[in-house]
Amino acid sequence: MQDDKKRYVIPGDVITTGPYRPDQNVTLDGNRIIATVIGISEISDDSVRVIPLTGMYIPKSSDLVIGKVVSHTSLSWEVDINSCYVGILPAADVFGRDFSAHADELSSKLAKGDLIAARIVNFDRTRDPLITIADRELGKIESGTLIKISPSKVPRLIGKRGSMIQTIEMATNAVITIGQNGLIVVSCEDSNGLLKAIKAIRMIEEQAHMANLTDKVKEMLESR
Amino acid sequence: MGGRESTLVLLDKNGIRCDGRKVTEPRRIMIKAGVLKNADGSAYIEFGDNKIIAGVFGPRDVHPKHMSNTDTGIIRCRYHMSPFSVTERKNPAPSRREIEISKVIKEALQPSLMLEKFPRTVVDVFIEVLQADGGSRCAAIDAASVALADAGIPMRDMVCACAAGKVADTIILDVNNEEDQAGQADMPVAYMPNLNKVTLLQLDGVLTHNEYKKCIETAIDGCKLVYQIQRKALTDKFFENGGNQ
Repeated sequence: MQDDKKRYVIPGDVITTGPYRPDQNVTLDGNRIIATVIGISEISDDSVRVIPLTGMYIPKSSDLVIGKVVSHTSLSWEVDINSCYVGILPAADVFGRDFSAHADELSSKLAKGDLIAARIVNFDRTRDPLITIADRELGKIESGTLIKISPSKVPRLIGKRGSMIQTIEMATNAVITIGQNGLIVVSCEDSNGLLKAIKAIRMIEEQAHMANLTDKVKEMLESR
Repeated sequence: MGGRESTLVLLDKNGIRCDGRKVTEPRRIMIKAGVLKNADGSAYIEFGDNKIIAGVFGPRDVHPKHMSNTDTGIIRCRYHMSPFSVTERKNPAPSRREIEISKVIKEALQPSLMLEKFPRTVVDVFIEVLQADGGSRCAAIDAASVALADAGIPMRDMVCACAAGKVADTIILDVNNEEDQAGQADMPVAYMPNLNKVTLLQLDGVLTHNEYKKCIETAIDGCKLVYQIQRKALTDKFFENGGNQ
């Protein structure tokens, strides 16, 4: 972490000056690029960004999230997606185009407390984020263990091109669904594998800022 | 000019203050980030004999709903002194002084926060003074700023605060309780070090033009010292191996 491309920063730190494009979690003050969160700054090509080490989940369109149904109106469900905004799942998304508010009962498909894997369709901050479950791999989650980690650590858990999560899945035979909002569902037939996968996830959460974490996780998974 | 009669020697002939400090020496400052589990962000500060905890929640839904703003997020702040924070029991109900300090702290923190990223939400800052000594509003701002950074709320800069004042016709850094009571002036300043902007400036007492200039410079120097301690608190929590700064 010593090279000058990556650096630990806290809010207000000047990352660089010059003709760079401000990307995530940075702001421009004149020609200085300033970090706005605690994290690791990265300068790649022409853009500067900070990977946050803390913070709440902010919905982004096309993110996969795991949410809990909290209530419904006659037209849509409200889903807690572990953010400051609630996800809105329109009924037509589940019932199809011939949905009619008086004939179809929303609670017959998804009840309060159900967990769903969903994708954010649209979010512009003026309205609550719109989500969908109409896709393969999305929809109601029937079984598995739910784990909550800090949303800022999700990228670390996934790893570069999914390397970290593949390592865990291969070693434990578990199926892991990661929501970008920090909720994770782990299901595994073998109870030992399940425990191990959970332990690995917790380990990554605790040591997210450490270097060569993949090797450490591998070592842990291989040990009995 | 100003100042109450007192037998206390605030500044002796060697330039040593009533608690043994030099003129430009701050009190001992210790900050720890992330001390509360249930808050999104938190910090504990010991600033001389001040002991203050700050907890931050949010961004989250605004209740009551009518307070929310569709264009930007809002910040709410509560500064509260525990009944046991002072020598005589303090009534826990918010006093006029606490309401005012809540307001000035809110306004000192607001310029640093990028709340426009979270419309219709609120960031709540709760500050609990466990033990009060002079300069608790500055210490509260320091703790709140670390707690906000700990919560991961986007900020343009940290806010650090420190007071300066005048006792025995001398400008001093970091006014303690005795100096505040018996001194001639007290000037709390909150400051964003990287943007070089002042977000809070209060003055109780009378200063000449030159004294005023010296006082604010002294206070800003104090703020910069505090900033290093805030930075250390955050570095210690998030980058265990010490960071690279």
